[in-house]
Amino acid sequence: MRTEVKLSGFGGQGIILGGYIVGKAAAIYSDMHAAMIQSYGPEARGGACSSEVVIEDRMISYPSVEKPDIFVLMSQEAYELSKPLIKEETKVLVDEDLVELDEGQVGHISAIPSLKFAEDLGRKIVANIVMLGFFTSVTELFTKDAMKEAVLSTVPEHTRELNEKAFEKGYDHGLQLKKGRNAE
Amino acid sequence: MTRPKVLTGTHFMHGDFAVAEGGLAAGCKFFAGYPITPATEVAERMAGRLPEIGGVYIQMEDELGSMAAILGASCAGVKSMTSTSGPGFSLMQENIGLGAVLEVPCVVVDVQRGGPSTGLPTSVSQQDMMQAKWGSHGDYPIVAYSPASPQECFDIAIKAFNTAEKYRTPVLVMSDEVVGHMTERVTIPEESAIKIVERKLYDGDPDKYLPYRADEDLIPPMALAGDGCKVHMTGLIHDEGGRPLLNAETEAKLVGRLLDKVVKHAEAIMEYEKIGTEDADVIVVAYGITGRIANRAVELARKEGIKAGLVRLITVWPFPVDYIRKLSENVKTILVPEINFGQIVLEVERVVGGRATVEQVTYIPGTLPDPYSMLKRIREAVK
Repeated sequence: MRTEVKLSGFGGQGIILGGYIVGKAAAIYSDMHAAMIQSYGPEARGGACSSEVVIEDRMISYPSVEKPDIFVLMSQEAYELSKPLIKEETKVLVDEDLVELDEGQVGHISAIPSLKFAEDLGRKIVANIVMLGFFTSVTELFTKDAMKEAVLSTVPEHTRELNEKAFEKGYDHGLQLKKGRNAE
Repeated sequence: MTRPKVLTGTHFMHGDFAVAEGGLAAGCKFFAGYPITPATEVAERMAGRLPEIGGVYIQMEDELGSMAAILGASCAGVKSMTSTSGPGFSLMQENIGLGAVLEVPCVVVDVQRGGPSTGLPTSVSQQDMMQAKWGSHGDYPIVAYSPASPQECFDIAIKAFNTAEKYRTPVLVMSDEVVGHMTERVTIPEESAIKIVERKLYDGDPDKYLPYRADEDLIPPMALAGDGCKVHMTGLIHDEGGRPLLNAETEAKLVGRLLDKVVKHAEAIMEYEKIGTEDADVIVVAYGITGRIANRAVELARKEGIKAGLVRLITVWPFPVDYIRKLSENVKTILVPEINFGQIVLEVERVVGGRATVEQVTYIPGTLPDPYSMLKRIREAVK
């Protein structure tokens, strides 16, 4: 079983950290293998930025993401650049205020105002962690505990409380979204 | 937060960080370097970690200075390391040769990116593999490892230090942008479970010390700077006393011994992984990230009933001449995939000498080889 995850946005949003935490949740807190590779342009902040995580139940020979199964999009530029990678079966997680999707965009789309939620919590820097909470409930790739441990063991000690709130906020939003879908 | 020298435990760790951690676990206490993509994170990690364990990190003015500084520190008895990428590796070459002739243990990490020149700073390549062997002028011994994962970055950094210490020679770790920038699970054992080799030191009468008088194993015991022995070191061809003696006879004796240090111990130094080689019709010889991907290609070929095998080189230099030559007697084709325009394939061709067909599989620097294109070449090879 191989799952390819790609997170894209711009430098400074914590895209690389987001990928790192996804990989850590798999490789350290779940019984899986994970390899993350990161790519960036010459400019580190503000430029297009993405991280790729391959998750398998065995040693990963090919660490690159060719066709993401799960795609997290945190900027319009990231979306415009990666549209061709989104297929019918792709799970697409977007920040609804940062990305305006084309009408009729294919894929299983789940939207969250992660940046707005983060601002409500007082620090927009945790938008990526809100997104990871959302990721956890929407994709069910690993348990809530695994992902939460990965978040809390990675962020600086003094920001744990804030990050935990951000994670829960995103997680709950995903749960509600799913409830709504099931009710339909 | 002060962390211990050996970070025992399971980590989700960056390849460049892992190579730095391996160095620290091996006892590295000095790092001199100049940041360069994609090797910057090695220096970054060392800058954070060395002060925690009482070591020294210096950011140098350039790579010439970096290499010179680690030679100096090692002569004073401190295990030393530097890291760079292609352009910096070129600048280090002269002093790598100096390290080889002065017989100074040290470790140089090259996280390869696309070249030539400033090339493709943020993209993968394996274009420095021949430079690793021949980059400095003159003839000199070299040992070069090639890691395929962050775990191997950690493990190989320790082996590189052990080899450098044992044979008193610079040792290269030829990483690449993908392995260096990949984050994966890295398990670091207890400090007591890590095998560490220390250089052989001179403990005789200081007045009788000859710095380049080798023992039977061809390795001269080292006296550290400041320990009381008179040591003269020069890049000029020198006698056992370390004094310049500029003639062919001394060149033959000194350079012959330097080369023999690696040649005669090659079997002990060389490491390669063999998969499905016993009955193979087609063999892939690969290293680093390419070796890892070839693993999948060979596995897929086996599923199709093709007798394919893999030799994954963990040390690329010294090259496993006898093993590959013997292997070539029983196979039809040897494929050599590399992210360059043909480097180690030349060595394979030389060694095989026509006993089997050797085919170059070129992956252009900047692209990560995929297992399916490799599988296609394996299929074609058995047609």
